[in-house]
Amino acid sequence: MSCPDRIVDYMHDYLDEEITESNKQELKQHLQACPDCEQHFRELEKAIAFVQSTSHIKAPDGFTAGVMAKLPQEKKRLKMGRWFKRHPLLSAASLFLMLMTGSIFSTWNEDQEFSVSKQPNLVVENGTVTVPEGEVVKGDVVVRNGKLNIEGQVQGDVTVINGEKYLASAGQVTGEIEEVNEVFEWIWYHIKEAASNAASLFEGEEKDQSLQ
Amino acid sequence: METIVKRRIKQMIKGDQNAYEEIVELYRDKVFQLCYRMLGDRYEAEDIAQEAFIRAYINIKSFNQNLKFSSWIYRIATNLCIDRIRKKKPDYYLDAEVPGTEGLNMYSQVSADTARPEVELESLELRDEVQKQIAMLPEKYRSAIVLKYIEELSLNEISEILDLPLGTVKTRIHRGREALRQQLKNV
Repeated sequence: MSCPDRIVDYMHDYLDEEITESNKQELKQHLQACPDCEQHFRELEKAIAFVQSTSHIKAPDGFTAGVMAKLPQEKKRLKMGRWFKRHPLLSAASLFLMLMTGSIFSTWNEDQEFSVSKQPNLVVENGTVTVPEGEVVKGDVVVRNGKLNIEGQVQGDVTVINGEKYLASAGQVTGEIEEVNEVFEWIWYHIKEAASNAASLFEGEEKDQSLQ
Repeated sequence: METIVKRRIKQMIKGDQNAYEEIVELYRDKVFQLCYRMLGDRYEAEDIAQEAFIRAYINIKSFNQNLKFSSWIYRIATNLCIDRIRKKKPDYYLDAEVPGTEGLNMYSQVSADTARPEVELESLELRDEVQKQIAMLPEKYRSAIVLKYIEELSLNEISEILDLPLGTVKTRIHRGREALRQQLKNV
């Protein structure tokens, strides 16, 4: 049996949903009359149904992570910007920390100049501070970036920052002696000082209250 | 959905990688499925599908934003699959002995599929058979058939993805259908 070639074309047009109405009618009539073509058409439909029936599969776990890990590095600026947006508290904290360290180091650098606490009987010469023999210096002595030579007596604490201290055998210090040389020790010294200031402030308040 | 995708693509062009993550999430199943049906192997499909997303990311600046992103990623994936099929020479066989072992072959290395109920077995076998028949199609028919019947795309989209005239796409689908008819007639 020889069927016109166009019948198979019509079948495909039909399956593509692109068949004209008149061709559709012709196809219909032919399929009703011709069992071979009808079988051909059924087989095509069956094949399509089979292909469509293959279940929809999903990408394996970790697929997206795998892609993201293999992408080229993005610009640092964006990464940081996003991080800051996501962690506002941490950004604020880190900014604070940055400014704090900055200011501490700049104070440290400013402090490179020689200075000494003011007591009338201290002798200052070429960056060396001397407590003269037989003299009594009252109050705490602080020397920055210089040498301290104690031959007499100091009634109070002695602190030498970034310098050297020499205590003569005849010299005497009633309070504590402290030497600060490294940056971190220096910071620690400041913290302790701030803490003791604060403590004395509270003590002062307490005293005020007890007076009232 | 396309508007979200367009917005994400703009962010991506500015260099924001996280915007791309969402796009990958949206299309990964479809792209993986396309690759799986083209290649017939899960590991290869995952490899190629990931590669497609990476290439899309790298070349995003050449993507014409007036077109659909899906068409573009499908095109990249299809081309990669076809390259892979053409280059494919089996570099290992599952029943080859693993070096340094006795009687241990690659089958024993591949983890067994999780147990499935008996009832599903029959349809599973049928599915495997259909997959096998799809894999036997010449690649030019295969890509057209997979895009049409598994990804359920229109002929126009397929012609855009494959970069072929509509008439050629139709011919390929017709021939693919005829080939499948022959192969699946007795299943």
